[in-house]
Amino acid sequence: MTSLIEPFEEATRPPALTAELPVGRTRGWWGMVLFVTTEATLFATLLGSYFYLRFQYGPQWLPPGIAKPELLKPLIMTGVLLPSSLPVMWAERGIRKGQRWRLRIGLLATLIMGSTFLALQGMEYASKLKMFTIRTNVYGSLFYTITGFHGTHVTVGLLMVGWLLAAALRGSFGRRRHERVRLTAIYWHFVDLVWVGILFTVYLSTRL
Amino acid sequence: MSTVAQQPPAGAEARAQLEERLERHWGERPSLRSWFTTVDHKRIGRRYVVTAAVYFTLAGVEASALRTQLARPGQRLLSAEEYDQLFTLHGTAMIFLFATPMLFGFGNFLVPLMLGARDMAFPRLNAFGYWIFLFAGLIMFSSLLAGDAPDGGWFAYVPLTTRPHSPGIGLDVYALGLLFFGVSTTAGAINFIATALKLRAPGMSLNRMPVFVWAIVATSFMVIFALPPLNLANGLLFLDRRFGTHFFDVGRGGDVLLWQHLFWLFGHPDVYIIVIPALGIVSAILPTFARRGIAAYPLIVLSLVAIAIVSFGVWVHHMFATGLPRLSLSFFSAASLLITIPSGIQIFAWLATMWLGRVVVGVPMLFVLGFLVTFVLGGFTGVMFGLVTFDQQVTDSYFVVAHFHYVLFGGAVFPIIAGLYYWLPKMTGRMFNERLGRWAFALVFGGMNLTFFPMHVSGMLGMPRRVYTYPAGLGWDAWNLLSTVGVFVLAAGLLLVLGGLLYAIRRGRPAPDDPWGGDTLEWVASSPPRPYNFPVIPRVRSLHPAWDGRTAASLAELDSFRTLEEGRRTPVTSELDGRYEWAAEMPEESIRPFVTAVGLLVVVIGLLFRWYWVAGLGGLLAAGTIAGWLWPPERTPEEAAAS
Ligand code: HEM
Ligand SMILES: [Cu+2]
Repeated sequence: MTSLIEPFEEATRPPALTAELPVGRTRGWWGMVLFVTTEATLFATLLGSYFYLRFQYGPQWLPPGIAKPELLKPLIMTGVLLPSSLPVMWAERGIRKGQRWRLRIGLLATLIMGSTFLALQGMEYASKLKMFTIRTNVYGSLFYTITGFHGTHVTVGLLMVGWLLAAALRGSFGRRRHERVRLTAIYWHFVDLVWVGILFTVYLSTRL
Repeated sequence: MSTVAQQPPAGAEARAQLEERLERHWGERPSLRSWFTTVDHKRIGRRYVVTAAVYFTLAGVEASALRTQLARPGQRLLSAEEYDQLFTLHGTAMIFLFATPMLFGFGNFLVPLMLGARDMAFPRLNAFGYWIFLFAGLIMFSSLLAGDAPDGGWFAYVPLTTRPHSPGIGLDVYALGLLFFGVSTTAGAINFIATALKLRAPGMSLNRMPVFVWAIVATSFMVIFALPPLNLANGLLFLDRRFGTHFFDVGRGGDVLLWQHLFWLFGHPDVYIIVIPALGIVSAILPTFARRGIAAYPLIVLSLVAIAIVSFGVWVHHMFATGLPRLSLSFFSAASLLITIPSGIQIFAWLATMWLGRVVVGVPMLFVLGFLVTFVLGGFTGVMFGLVTFDQQVTDSYFVVAHFHYVLFGGAVFPIIAGLYYWLPKMTGRMFNERLGRWAFALVFGGMNLTFFPMHVSGMLGMPRRVYTYPAGLGWDAWNLLSTVGVFVLAAGLLLVLGGLLYAIRRGRPAPDDPWGGDTLEWVASSPPRPYNFPVIPRVRSLHPAWDGRTAASLAELDSFRTLEEGRRTPVTSELDGRYEWAAEMPEESIRPFVTAVGLLVVVIGLLFRWYWVAGLGGLLAAGTIAGWLWPPERTPEEAAAS
């Protein structure tokens, strides 16, 4: 206990009152991390439900009449979405040094990659809908619900990135002011990572 | 802003000046507009309490109707359909619209005060959460007026609740209403955790955080992990009902037990989501009335955390009768029994506190004692259920109804009433009448036991739950009549509580700042607290800051980094040891949280009535408002330090 009491005078004094800058992790950081945690739990239960239904279904998963999914398109989608985290990271590093141009270019790149992913998902749906719909059977329900739910998250993420880009173009951020960039980046990384789980569950696991 | 901590001339004049400046930044002129725009955690907290109390009353009236119907065999006051709707809405409302929001209301009011902060971490999110809660409750209750309330029981088992078997709108109200309400609970939980981690007064290391705040934090973490399964279940149910998916449709490869797993993965932790903050209230009140600090603080905190974790591993005990594999039943049975250990530790810590202290039995303490008795009884029958063989005998009988009302009424309502009396002086600045309070306790305690104890017996005699009537001559008549008489005694007691509190608010004598001699920081603030809570943010030196002379002395030092009177600011400190980091600007009042909540309400109504374009408009309203809400101010490159 003493060790907690001794450095006390310093502990109650602010180290940097002048800067008016967040020191350490901010409230916003915690807010976003907790939000992502609860969202991740949601995806985990959703994917868990997929496996639960699959194993309750019996030995012969996929239901009759449903072909094993093609892998080419989802792999391309992965190739587009996963690396889209890199420009966000690059942009965030840039704005920490005060480089607005890096922020703008990085966000734009992410926006393009994310939109490409959504367009590819649209094409994927177009071809799948010819084979089965969300009402065909439980597999159809799972497939469209899981991918659609993720797609919604990508859309929200893109709205956030686009909104951030608009603010960046107007000139709101700099070395000292960029918390929103950091928070949006956390969300975007999350949306990316979840896709790996979905790729595995919906596509790859059917081939195991 | 000033960069050095100057020492202004201490004394009354400097203090008055300080308070005036803080008032300018934090004060709100009461007006209709400010009613919709306020972000003050104290106003929001009080609103949560009042709204939850109204919902409790509604759900209580429903319960009285149920019991009146069951008073004697073969009555026809309610039809079977009406009975189904009433018990479903009673259970759903008590769990979701009363217990959790009531405790979140206490949390909202108290957490910043106990931490020595000036508001919650996200004040606007807080306001937003309240509006959502209000609207969700209105939607759920209005379905009863429309004559088509949810009627599938509070856990809404499929396939009963899928469309072929429940074609009305009632279960859409259930699924959407709970999803909507989940937004509020999740927002609140995130806010509590961020507040407790970042806004504690300097010097309040985690091991000096009051037990009540620990309880709120533990609950909030449970919400973060427990609500997703519920939301998922309700989302899938809505998809099945509305858009023809097959998650719960056995004919097309779905599975009905999926619902039960998801629901109880949430549902069991939810019991503790309700009970843990209530235990926190007990841990705040009991030491005050035992005239000493709480015994075994670290053990109490650890057992709260342990309960929070273990309660995720026991959900299957609600499904012992569904034909799952034997081995898994044994595992879940053992885990269920395990959870009694941390609960027991807390009980013994409280007993030790009372044993070592000098107990003064004020009205709040009476309700705490009432809690101890009923909760232990409820825990006792709970242990019996943990045993698979016993459970399979009495499952779905009135024995279950008796058990969970002992746990929930004992474990939540008694502490809540205790808390209402205990913090009434702080919330309203008024004292209540002791004698009236004692009478109220006698009636509530007697009425509660008279209502629910006989249900143990009728349950053992084989009376199933959720029956709208029963034939005479099965040996149940007397027990049911007793139970119904009990409800009216209980109702009289609750009315006396309500009347006493209302009378106190209108006519009570003014409350001193610290009527009970409590040890936490809310008793240092005035009654009711100023909009900025503390003119000087305290420096915390111990677990009992209000009893500790050095902390008290720190309230008289007008250090500018703890007065922060320029702007609306509060100190931000480090997560573990409460080291002062910087002074954060707090948001001021805004109409946007209200507008966003209205947008989401429109989404829900649109989905409910299949007006999808209306739902779309509501979504646009909400999204647009959020975008404006979070839009960063334009800054010159110099301000932002950019190139
Ligand atoms: C105010 C006094 C209360 C009375 C008189 C009361 C009475 C009842 C009655 C008669 C039932 C229906 C039993 C049946 O037909 O199966 C019931 C069910 C229930 N009650 Fe209460 N109750 C009260 C308070 C509470 C509280 C405070 C909670 C929770 C915080 C609660 C939660 C429930 C739940 C979850 C159900 C089950 C509903 C279902 O079967 O779906 N009750 N209660
Ligand atoms: Cu349980």
